[in-house]
Amino acid sequence: MRKIATGNKAVAEAVKQAHPAVVAAYPITPQTEIVETMADYVTSGQLASRYIQVESEHSAMAACIGASITGVRTFTATSSHGLLYMHEMTNWAAGARLPIVMANVNRSIGPGWNIWAEHTDALQERDTGWLQVYVATVQEAYDATLMAFVIAEHNDVLLPVMVNLDGFSLSHIMQPLDTVEPGDFIPPLHLPHAIDPKYPTSYGGLTGPNDHFRFRWDIERSMRDSVKVIEATQKEFANRFGRSYGFTEDYLCEDADVVLVSMGTFGKEAEVAIDILRKEGIKAGSMRIRWFRPFPKLALAGKEVVVVDRDYSFGSGGILAHEIMAQTKKDVCSVIAGIGGQEVTYDDLAGFVRERRMGTEFWFGVTGNV
Amino acid sequence: MDIIAEIPKEEYIKKCTSACAGCSSSLNLRYVTKAAGPDTVLVVPACCTSVIQGIYPNTAMNIPVYNIAFAAAAACASGMSNAFRQAGKKTNVIVYAGDGGTLDIGIQSMSGAFERGTDFLYICYDNEAYGNTGMQRSGATPLGARTTTTPTGKTDAKKDIDAIIAAHDPPYMATACSAYPQDIFKKVEKALTFRGPTFIHILAPCPPGWRYPTEKTIEMGKLAVKSGMWVLYEREYGKLTISAPSKAAMKKPIPLEEYLTPQGRFKGIERKNVEILKQRITKNLQRLAAEEAAP
Repeated sequence: MRKIATGNKAVAEAVKQAHPAVVAAYPITPQTEIVETMADYVTSGQLASRYIQVESEHSAMAACIGASITGVRTFTATSSHGLLYMHEMTNWAAGARLPIVMANVNRSIGPGWNIWAEHTDALQERDTGWLQVYVATVQEAYDATLMAFVIAEHNDVLLPVMVNLDGFSLSHIMQPLDTVEPGDFIPPLHLPHAIDPKYPTSYGGLTGPNDHFRFRWDIERSMRDSVKVIEATQKEFANRFGRSYGFTEDYLCEDADVVLVSMGTFGKEAEVAIDILRKEGIKAGSMRIRWFRPFPKLALAGKEVVVVDRDYSFGSGGILAHEIMAQTKKDVCSVIAGIGGQEVTYDDLAGFVRERRMGTEFWFGVTGNV
Repeated sequence: MDIIAEIPKEEYIKKCTSACAGCSSSLNLRYVTKAAGPDTVLVVPACCTSVIQGIYPNTAMNIPVYNIAFAAAAACASGMSNAFRQAGKKTNVIVYAGDGGTLDIGIQSMSGAFERGTDFLYICYDNEAYGNTGMQRSGATPLGARTTTTPTGKTDAKKDIDAIIAAHDPPYMATACSAYPQDIFKKVEKALTFRGPTFIHILAPCPPGWRYPTEKTIEMGKLAVKSGMWVLYEREYGKLTISAPSKAAMKKPIPLEEYLTPQGRFKGIERKNVEILKQRITKNLQRLAAEEAAP
């Protein structure tokens, strides 16, 4: 069904169609529209879920954990400080192998208080064992949320999935949305380690070094196995509903000499920038990283790479740039832009490519290449 | 009929736990689980019970135990209870948390779960310090007690968590003490008949923490009650009933010194602190007697 919706509404719509048994969430700007919409669905009877209106994000994730271990589908949504506040429990959710789905509306971190888009919130969760996907359109927010349940709950994965959408520049903008009837695209959840008092089991108690080490490897093994599950799920989604997604979204990359790499809504602006550059005779392409965890194998051999990071790891560099440098073993031109919601236009993105100098870092509007 | 005869023979906590000698908390756990029965999940935050249940892949518990982060027990139980009820299951969800996990780091999630009317039983077993980490001061440590972080005795009073819980107006709340296991059994059994959040606060004497010989664990609990330092009661829909052992103690409490002197943690407690404790006991007993007598 075609309609117009915000990114937040698109997420809520997908969650409604996935029928979680328990939703636990705490409001934070710019995620609030998701929890308000979920509350409306539950109150009006459109969704037969328990909606636990917790007193904090730490408790939101703890409640999802407690619900999920009984073997039911769960969902929460947060942003920024909320995500950081639940950090202890995001680790617990992944370690406990619970297929919780969470929408995170990417927002910067204080002080000072700043409610605009930035990716540092989610990227601080990169080592927790969560799968992370970053979306760029309202349609993709909806599609990725539907797929998140399938991927998380697949028995080769059983890890939580975080769907990331940029605060305001996606959460609050309206675009066309084509909803589907998911039917059996999302199969029933069968959690193999669900609590059953008939088979009393202790979960998460004292664990010695050797076992603990092995359990960490199990997480990584499932993270690696998730690659084929993501591929299969995206393929099945395309077969059923006609929209295709990959680990990255590549635009005119094949013959490009230089590739502009980004995540989130910048990736759509980048496609406009590439059109401008191509008209100028610059053979440029855009690669939008969709899945940050597991981090995909990138086809960047023989190309110059300009990476736009809407995030930063102080004392190290742009987080995305470092992931790419570690994998490709090449120097990139690292552009730090858009932090705290700084406005970055497609003209600016085109400029980053024109003025690229490999092996340098550049804070847009603040420093020259350093 | 004698309550002892009513207590089921089934054991849900097996022998050979990794509890300290003389641990009263494992005794509590034995009677809590006997009262709850097999269709029960225990939610346990970081506390002595994280250790007592044993090391993976072994467990001393014969009901499911879900271990969760320190601050998160009540929130986790909240999710679990909602999920069970949504699935039409009546499984008891019981938080079994220490005093640190209840009065200090867990108070926010506990308050939230009570405010939301979560259908669960929250049990705080209270050994009046962070026992698992080697007896550091908690909000439950009484005035004057020495811990490893209050080496000259605590200068602040014990936090009145029961008053805080009462302010949430739960359908049922009670206090108990490991020296009176039948009382624990009855109160847990009763708590689980209510829908909504219920609370039981169990005093759990701790030989290494309180510094008394292991064989004195039951005696120490009895002295706490007989001196009025700990009062056993239950409050059903706001109506207070003082339990029999405390009724007797309230008529003529034993001198507080009989409770303090055998415990190494109170060695060298200042006279003025003993007086403050005595005044608080008198005031507390008067307050509870008045509440019980009120129509």
